[in-house]
Amino acid sequence: MIELTAKQLADAIGRGDVSAAEAFDAYRERAAADDLNAYLWVAEERPAVDGGPLNGVPLAVKDLFCTEGVPSQSGSRILEGYRPPYTATAVRRLAEAGAPLLGKTNQDEFAMGSSNENSGFGPVRNPWDRERVPGGSSGGSAAAVAAGSAPWALGTDTGGSIRQPAALCGIVGLKPTYGTVSRYGMIAFASSLDQAGPLTRDVTDAALLYAHMVGRDECDSTSLQHPEPIALPTAERLDGLRIGVPRDALASEGVEPGVLAAFEATLARAEELGAQIVDVSLPHADHALSAYYVIAPAEASSNLARFDGVRYGLRRDADEGLIAMYTHTRHDGFGDEVKRRILIGTYALSSGYYDAYYGRAQQVRTKIADDFRTAFRSCDLVATPTSPTVAFRLGERVDDPLAMYLGDLFTIPFSLAGLPAISIPCGLSEGLPVGFQLGGPAFSENRILDAAYALEQAIGFEPLEVGG
Amino acid sequence: MIDREQVLHVARLARLRLTDEEVERMAGELSAILGHVERIGELDLEGVEPTSHVVEVANALRPDEPRPSLPREVALANAPDTDGEGFLVPSPQA
Repeated sequence: MIELTAKQLADAIGRGDVSAAEAFDAYRERAAADDLNAYLWVAEERPAVDGGPLNGVPLAVKDLFCTEGVPSQSGSRILEGYRPPYTATAVRRLAEAGAPLLGKTNQDEFAMGSSNENSGFGPVRNPWDRERVPGGSSGGSAAAVAAGSAPWALGTDTGGSIRQPAALCGIVGLKPTYGTVSRYGMIAFASSLDQAGPLTRDVTDAALLYAHMVGRDECDSTSLQHPEPIALPTAERLDGLRIGVPRDALASEGVEPGVLAAFEATLARAEELGAQIVDVSLPHADHALSAYYVIAPAEASSNLARFDGVRYGLRRDADEGLIAMYTHTRHDGFGDEVKRRILIGTYALSSGYYDAYYGRAQQVRTKIADDFRTAFRSCDLVATPTSPTVAFRLGERVDDPLAMYLGDLFTIPFSLAGLPAISIPCGLSEGLPVGFQLGGPAFSENRILDAAYALEQAIGFEPLEVGG
Repeated sequence: MIDREQVLHVARLARLRLTDEEVERMAGELSAILGHVERIGELDLEGVEPTSHVVEVANALRPDEPRPSLPREVALANAPDTDGEGFLVPSPQA
């Protein structure tokens, strides 16, 4: 049963080959036995489920989604033991569609990181090589799906936090168009960028999970109705599809040769399937990373002001007065990366620096969105490697925050422009998975999923053996 | 570039205590990050509109009608200290 994709499992339950209770128990057992530190909490018993189109296929959920009565800590010691009084809309919708909560997955603290090493609850190991990181920030979700301790998982992506761990763990990750999934109940990192999406074993599962979480929500005034119903992908050919490749961006940065080779081989497959590969230019992509590392920390410094030891979570030194309580609580509760981003964000928003940093970064964001608008006049989708490198070793980049940030090079431009993008596994380099990123205009998920599906069939990527 | 004094100033604004060792380390790390970020200063952005939000939603309003909210005891349940009616905080004068 474990070797089935989520869609196959839902079908098997629908046919009566296996019961939803058996499926839940099998995954519960595997999640409880997880030795990658992918889970921070595992359900003790099966939640009551009343049918639904997903037939009871259990779902692993990133820690930062609020789940009523269940620990929701966003990977942070400052929220240790926090049990929210309500459930995030995306999780509630999926539960109602028949995907009950299996467990909460480890992540970088407040989703800030690309390796899962910033979790307050310890790093996650990559099931392909336990001495390597699974990527981040949705590292626990990616590792759980890759290792077969979850059929599928929910993650969030602010600058690449679904796509990059999916790439490093050899699975599929979709970051949808900004606003198409409600942010209600997601513990906020950078509100203008945060987006929930699926991490799955294949493209069909990504489409199926996304189809049941999408839609406007009264509780999130930035949420939108998707203009199209999300369909399961069926494309076998890519005839007539124009895939744009930003050659300048690929050439100018430190992309590993093995990653580039797998990427080029996938482009060749796309051509064999009938696609046309065209050069496109994203002249401001080079500055996207800089703009992102102003905008995201600025929003984070504001969002994280709420962690002050008053309403929930950690409290330190209440006998030393209010200000000492605030400052000591935040010192002890936040990890190094969160402190760095709070400081950068506060600096960028502070008097005298606002125009030079935050104001300019927002203008760069406009230029990046314009770059994509121009590119999509000459192509339908844009392709890049998801990550310039394969999974790196635990500890390799912890002392160099900037080197860690540079790994988000290819994912961030889509985030800043609010555009949808998927990562699919496209091959191995040094025995480790390489991700192929395919992004498109706003609301082009159906086209992206179809193209990714056709490529997936042609690539025939061999996932980790998870049977048994 | 950002020095010790600036780190301490920003940390005060952010209500964040830092140890001496952290101040030292952060000054170096933040300088490296800001050095990279400052490359956006090279661009000619004269007249470019800022983007604060990518989705074109303006004035998403809803009717201002009362509806049920969290019961008080539920809202207080996760608090480190309460008197049963509200959140208790230390005195600002202490």
